[in-house]
Amino acid sequence: MRYVDEFRDADKAHALAAKIAALCEPGRQYKLMEVCGGHTHTIYKHGLEDYLPESITLVHGPGCPVCVIPMGRVDDAIHLASQPDVIMTSFGDMMRVPGSGGSFFDANAEGTNIRMVYSPLDSLKIARQNPDKRVVFMAIGFETTAPSTAMTMLRAATEGLKNFSVFCNHVTIIPAIKAILDSPDLRLDGFIGPGHVSTVIGCRPYEFIARDYGKPVVVAGFEPLDILQSIYMLMVQLSQGRSEVENQYSRVVPWDGNPVALKAIGETMELRPYFEWRGLGFISHSALQVHQKYAAMDAERLFQVPGVRVADPKACQCGEVLKGVLKPWECKVFGTACTPETPIGTCMVSPEGACAAYYNFGRMNRNRVAEAARS
Amino acid sequence: MTSGRVGHEVHGQPNWIDEALREHTEHEPDPAGPGDRRQLPLADREQQVLDRIDRARRRRPRVREERITMSHGAGGKATHTLIEAIFLDAFRNPLLEPLEDAAQLRVDGSRLALTTDSYVVSPLFFPGGDIGDLAVNGTVNDLSVAGATPLYLSAGFILEEGFPVADLNRIAESMRDAAAAAGVHIVTGDTKVVQKGKADGCYINTAGVGHVERDVNLGVARAQPGDAIIVSGPIGDHGITIMLARGELDIEADITSDTAPLNGLVADLLDAVPMVRAMRDATRGGVATILNEIAKAANLGVLVSEDEIPVRAEVRGASELLGIDPMYVACEGRLVAVVPGGDADRAVAALRAHPLGEQAAIIGHVREEQPGIVQLKTAFGGTRIVDLLVGDPLPRIC
Repeated sequence: MRYVDEFRDADKAHALAAKIAALCEPGRQYKLMEVCGGHTHTIYKHGLEDYLPESITLVHGPGCPVCVIPMGRVDDAIHLASQPDVIMTSFGDMMRVPGSGGSFFDANAEGTNIRMVYSPLDSLKIARQNPDKRVVFMAIGFETTAPSTAMTMLRAATEGLKNFSVFCNHVTIIPAIKAILDSPDLRLDGFIGPGHVSTVIGCRPYEFIARDYGKPVVVAGFEPLDILQSIYMLMVQLSQGRSEVENQYSRVVPWDGNPVALKAIGETMELRPYFEWRGLGFISHSALQVHQKYAAMDAERLFQVPGVRVADPKACQCGEVLKGVLKPWECKVFGTACTPETPIGTCMVSPEGACAAYYNFGRMNRNRVAEAARS
Repeated sequence: MTSGRVGHEVHGQPNWIDEALREHTEHEPDPAGPGDRRQLPLADREQQVLDRIDRARRRRPRVREERITMSHGAGGKATHTLIEAIFLDAFRNPLLEPLEDAAQLRVDGSRLALTTDSYVVSPLFFPGGDIGDLAVNGTVNDLSVAGATPLYLSAGFILEEGFPVADLNRIAESMRDAAAAAGVHIVTGDTKVVQKGKADGCYINTAGVGHVERDVNLGVARAQPGDAIIVSGPIGDHGITIMLARGELDIEADITSDTAPLNGLVADLLDAVPMVRAMRDATRGGVATILNEIAKAANLGVLVSEDEIPVRAEVRGASELLGIDPMYVACEGRLVAVVPGGDADRAVAALRAHPLGEQAAIIGHVREEQPGIVQLKTAFGGTRIVDLLVGDPLPRIC
C-alpha cells in the first residue's frame, strides 16, 4: 500500500539498525523518551525494539491523552452525562477509562447516553438531530485534537446551535515535558518529539529542551521507519555532543506549526491556572478551558460539575510509568490486578498507553525471543 | 495524595479497586518484597512478571461488572469471560465444554452437529449481502467447520413494531436464496414482535443441524507442534464493509462483505486432507481471536507472519485510517484451518481450487515455545504478540 509500506520496509530498517548500533559508545547506556503515546503504540505494534541494541532503552512518555485524565474527571463527565436530556459524545478511547464508579460503558449500562464519535463535528450532527437534548462533547487530547474541538465550537457558533457544549479536558504538552525534565528521579539522553502535536505547535517550543537542559530532540513521524530514523538522528547528535531540535517529520510538521489551528485554539480556549494530571498531580498552566467568550458552550459553566477528586489508587504506579521511571511491567499490579479487562490505571486502557501497549503487544521476554531467533 | 484545593471533595479508593487488589495479593503473596526482587537481573524480573501474568490469565474467569456492557458482546476477552463464568458454569456438560462452533451429538449411531447463532447486524442491508443471507451462511458455516454436512435450519425473528413489510420480504427472499445455494432447508421458525423502540428493526436467530458423515475428529485442542495454520482468503472484508456502510465515517471504498456458505470449500478441503485438525470460521473477533483459541486450547505457541496474511488493499487502507487491526475484523466467508505441517501445501492447493478459497495462504505454524501465546512476525521485521481484544471497535457486526 502506497505511503505506508515505504515506511515499514524491513531492509531499510536493517540498514538503519546497523548505523544506530555503530554509533553506540561501548559501555554507555542510552535512555531515549518517546513523548507521544502514538509512538509507543507504533514501537510495540511493529516490534521495533528488536532492531535496537541492548544499550538503547526507549522510555515511554506522558503523551497519551487518555492516560493523563484523572479519575475524578471521568466521574465529573459521568455526572454530566447523567443530567436530564444530556447526550454525551466522546472518542472511543475514553469509553473504557475507569472512574471511581466505573467507565462510560458501565454508565451507559446504568442508563446514560454516551456515544462514541470519530470527530467532534459528529457531535454537531447529533445536536441538530436532537434539538430537545443537550449534547456535551467530552473533549480530550493535547494540541493535536484541540484544533478540531475549536473548529467544532466555531462551527456551532456560526450555526447558532444552542444545545451543544464542550466539557474541556484539553492539555498542553510542554508543561508535562518540563515536569519530567525537572523530575529528580530520571536521567534521559534525548527525546523523540511528538509528531502530531508538532503539526500544530511546530518545533520551536522544544528549543528550551536543547538549550536549557542540553538534551537533543527529534520530532518524529508515526511509521516505524520514522521512529527508527529519529533514533538514528538522536544518536548522531549524541555522538557529536550536540543538542538541537531536529525535524524528522518535515513532510508534515512545519517548523512554526499551523497558525490557523493555533488561532482557532486561541479564539475558543484559554489556559487554566492549573489542572490535575493522572499520576503527575497538579501542573500549572498545563490545560485549556473554554474561553470566557464562549461561556454559553462551556459545560463546566452550564452545568453544576462536582469537581470530584479521586486519589490515585495507592497500588497504582501510573505516575512513575508516565514519567518513564518504571517500565510498565515493573508496576506492582501490572497484568494481574490491573489488566486491559479491568484497568486500574489509565495507562492500561488506551491503545496508546504504555501498559496496554506492553500487555497487548510486548508481553514476551525479549531476551528469550533473541535466544530463540539465534538457535 | 491530598489536595489543597478548596471545594473539591477527595474520595478514597473505590471498592472495585480494593477488590481487584485483594484478589491479586491472595493469589500472589510476595514474601520476598519488591526490595529483594530488584536485586535480580532485569530480564529475570521481567520473566517473573510474565509468569505471574500467565498464572493470572489461567485463573477461573469472573464477571466483575454489575451490568452487561457492549464489551460482553464483542467476541473478545469479555465475551469469553461471560460465556465461561456464566453460561458454561450454569449449563456445564461434556458436549458443551469444548466450546466449539457446533456441538457434536450421537443419536442412534449417527453423528450430528447442532449450532445456533443470532444476528443483530446494523445496517440490515449492506454491500454484498444483508442480515438474511448472513443468518443462513453463519449457521451453515458453523456446521461446516465442525465437519458436518449442513441439513436443516430454524429461523426465529424478533421484529420491531413499524418495521417495513417490504424489507422483511427482501430478507426472507435473501434467506431462501442463501439456503438454496448452501443446499439446506429452513424447516421451522418463530416470530415475535416488540413495541417500537424495544428492538432495532429486525433480529434473526438461526439454529442448524448437520450430519457428520466423515470420520473426522476436529477441535482446536488437537493442534500439534509443527502444524500449519491456513486462512482461506483475504480477511476483514465483512467488518470493514459494515463499518463503512453505516456512513458515519465519510470513507468510501470498493469493498463488499464476504458472506458465503463454506460447506463446499470445507468438503473439498476434507477430501484432500482428511487429517485436518481443526477449522473455525473467522467471524466476530477475527483471525486473531481464533489463533488465540488455538494457542489456549492446545496449550502451545502460535507464530504467524504478517507478510503472509492476505488482506485486501481497501481493507488495509480503511483499517489504517480507523486505527483498527484487520486481524481482529470479522469475516463471514473465511475459515482458519489447522493441518499437519506435511499436508499444508495439499490443503492450500485444495482450497485454492475452489472459488471461495482462491487466495488461501499458510500464515503460520503451531510450536512448542510460549504456550498460550500468539506471536506475530511483523512486516517491518519485528516481533510482537497478538492477544485477544477486550472489547471491539465495531459493535453489531453480525
